[in-house]
Amino acid sequence: MTSADNLRAFRRDGRIVIVGASLAGLRAAECLREEGFTGSLTMIGDELGEPYDRPPLSKQVLTGWVPADGTTLPRRRDIDAEWLLGVPASGLDLATDHVRLADGREVPFDRVLIATGVRARPWFVESEAELDGVFVVRTREHAEGLQRALAAGPSRVLVIGAGFTGSEIASVCRERDIPVTVAELGPYPLVGALGAMIGEVAADMQRAHGVDLRCGVKVTRLEGDAQGRLRRAHFDDGSTVDADVAVVALGGIRNTEWLRGSGLAAGVWGIACDTGCRAMDLNGLITDDVFVAGDVARCPNPVYEYRLISLEHWANAVEQAEIAAHNMIHGQADRWPHLSIPRFWSIQFGVNIKSVGVPTFADEVVVTQGSVSDHRFVAAYGYQGRVTAAVTFNNAKWLDHYRQLIETAAPFPPPCPTPDQPVDTKPVPVDFPGPLLLAQGATVVVTGHDPGERRVTAAHQHHR
Amino acid sequence: MTTTEAPDILRRILDYSSRPDPYPLYAELRRTPVARQEDGSYVISTYRELADILHNPHLSSDVRNLAHPMPSAEGAPVPAFINMDPPEHDRLRRMAMRHFGPPHTPGLVTGLEPTLADIVGGLIDDFADKDRIDIVDDLAYPFPVTVICHLLGVPREDEPRFRVWVNDIINSIGYDPKTDPKEKLDDGVRARQNLREYLGGLVEQRHGHPSDDLLSRLANDDGPDGRMTDEEIISTANLLLIAGHETTVNLITNGMLTLLRHPHVLRRLRDEPDLVVPLVEELLRYEPPVHIIPWRAAYSDVTVGDTVIPKGSQIMLMLASGSRDPNRFHDPDRFDPGRRDNQHLGFGSGVHLCFGGPLARREAHIALGQLARRLDGPRLVADPPPYRRSPVLRGPIHLQVERNGG
Repeated sequence: MTSADNLRAFRRDGRIVIVGASLAGLRAAECLREEGFTGSLTMIGDELGEPYDRPPLSKQVLTGWVPADGTTLPRRRDIDAEWLLGVPASGLDLATDHVRLADGREVPFDRVLIATGVRARPWFVESEAELDGVFVVRTREHAEGLQRALAAGPSRVLVIGAGFTGSEIASVCRERDIPVTVAELGPYPLVGALGAMIGEVAADMQRAHGVDLRCGVKVTRLEGDAQGRLRRAHFDDGSTVDADVAVVALGGIRNTEWLRGSGLAAGVWGIACDTGCRAMDLNGLITDDVFVAGDVARCPNPVYEYRLISLEHWANAVEQAEIAAHNMIHGQADRWPHLSIPRFWSIQFGVNIKSVGVPTFADEVVVTQGSVSDHRFVAAYGYQGRVTAAVTFNNAKWLDHYRQLIETAAPFPPPCPTPDQPVDTKPVPVDFPGPLLLAQGATVVVTGHDPGERRVTAAHQHHR
Repeated sequence: MTTTEAPDILRRILDYSSRPDPYPLYAELRRTPVARQEDGSYVISTYRELADILHNPHLSSDVRNLAHPMPSAEGAPVPAFINMDPPEHDRLRRMAMRHFGPPHTPGLVTGLEPTLADIVGGLIDDFADKDRIDIVDDLAYPFPVTVICHLLGVPREDEPRFRVWVNDIINSIGYDPKTDPKEKLDDGVRARQNLREYLGGLVEQRHGHPSDDLLSRLANDDGPDGRMTDEEIISTANLLLIAGHETTVNLITNGMLTLLRHPHVLRRLRDEPDLVVPLVEELLRYEPPVHIIPWRAAYSDVTVGDTVIPKGSQIMLMLASGSRDPNRFHDPDRFDPGRRDNQHLGFGSGVHLCFGGPLARREAHIALGQLARRLDGPRLVADPPPYRRSPVLRGPIHLQVERNGG
């Protein structure tokens, strides 16, 4: 049999198992069917119930506008799958091509897609994490519990960590007129993702909305009362704050532990793969039958010097799922690379924040349009003289232009004035906390628009 | 991509004889995606280049940024936000949107649905006995006009007065000093003045008398951006009144014409009412109500593809051509109501994306849905039908339809 015959037979009656039944898993399943896969499809997920959308869990669900069970993902088509829900996968055996479940069952496959995502990083002291009133937000049960606690009218909420999730939760608290303290180890909110200049704007926003924002502090202890209810938090500067709700928003942990011993390049940073979403093994070799998508995938991005990047962005999960699904049922010559420029959004304190590119891959940042003091502007990020990212505050409609600047390795700072000229157009150092891993110069540009025609071209010099 | 001069194709497109079918000329035009004209202006006609430039912050909608401003009938102390740049554009649009859509007024269009259905139902009842109807005069014109009057709070009985003004204004939009009589411009100037005075009178009455209509809410509501001045309210109302008229008329009429040319789709629509949603998107691509953005200005040097358009240049955007670009849409000249990935340019894109789009969509859904259901065996009397003059807001001036037994 030729490999074309093999592929046809696989598309007709092969076995595909998708581990992870959330956004990436569901979209991949839909794409597989859309592209003509008629074999057996098994969905494995540790949560019970229909796949649901997570971004509203830290926004509309917490305001009480949308019920926690009201974010079920819309279905694009019937996927005719067998659903194994409520039991996590506990192992992957690539010698016999089986997924092991925690209850001992074994599920055989010809090809497998890993989309096990991320879970919330819990508070580091287990006994304190178990206090009544201490929450994380990742699943709909989490969001439902926190929503109930907020509705009960707490005297004060403490948010630990001022990344996007923590900031959004603080914003919801203020919207509900609940006193809130935000504790952030870094110098500003959002500083780890967007740098000091934008972080300063985010801090202004929080304070203008009445948030008790404390930066450069660490929460050392959560103290409960005799009934096991949270009542106070202690900081490393000796101060305390009384609160009956604490939300631990310290980011996520990638669900890769179940892959220990599988031989894949899986670890705390995710599972390394190529731009075709094929998993890499421990030796750095690409595997043929194991694919990765979504928050656990650690995929090289040619625009950013082929660095392996894992992203916890909604659009990234959808796009990787589509690429992985396509590549699972196509031969080498017809495979697509995942080459999209990352983008994400957040809404907090009445401001719509959107970003394109990788802001942490930058050495300078400049406001290119609008007014920082009005909290409506575009800021472009540059690395060694080329545009690598942009962030908008209430100015999202310009993002496509900046995506194009990134894809074409356009010079930084972007020349030429616009009608909505900011007061100060001088680039400043981007100033991220912690070590930066930056290397040299632009090497590639991305061309093409449809997934089937996206390609990387080596760039030896700028166009102009 | 090369920049060459293609003045002849554009002239033929703008010529009235091309109105029934400009699409083959658009295809010719697309051979030069960014075409420099003899007079130094530029014409953009391909999808990617249009989509790029609509998001380009170096493009201006403010006439003062043209190196050679063209004669205009505008003449208002404050232009409408469609002819402004950020940040003023954003401020005025935001203040108007507060009363029209999410996040502050999320349920407006949905809440209007019963009213829209009643208006369409009533208009169809009115011609239920006639064997021959004019889709334009009997439905596509009176429907959106009634809706926009209702929304703004403009008395419906004043419609004959402002219909004349609106017509003169529309005629003056495409004014070309080289070919058009000066009266066309003068009529436009006078009509704008009359309409402004009329709207000014309405705004005056609203002060201190808050009610639910848009004029009243603009005149009395104090949002985070403060209150619009009366001149700003008049310019905004003027824009919404004209845009609320002329575009939806064409969307519904072009829609009915397209359905009559594709009877199997019309039959399908009767059986599958939900088809109307993707169908209207396909109409916005295939026979859009707005074909051209007549001008934008290069605020600074603008790079499109490989062409650098110098600062101050006038740029014409051929939206309807972009939506038929075979490099973006498979089989673009086919009307396919089930088309996927249909990101047409029917409402433009970027910061000037059609303000009334959500309302126009709903109006078209309801009008075409009811027409499909209630018109028995409709036949076109003349194909092509007679067209309005404008190459910009393109659509039939009448659309005669005969019915069973007629």
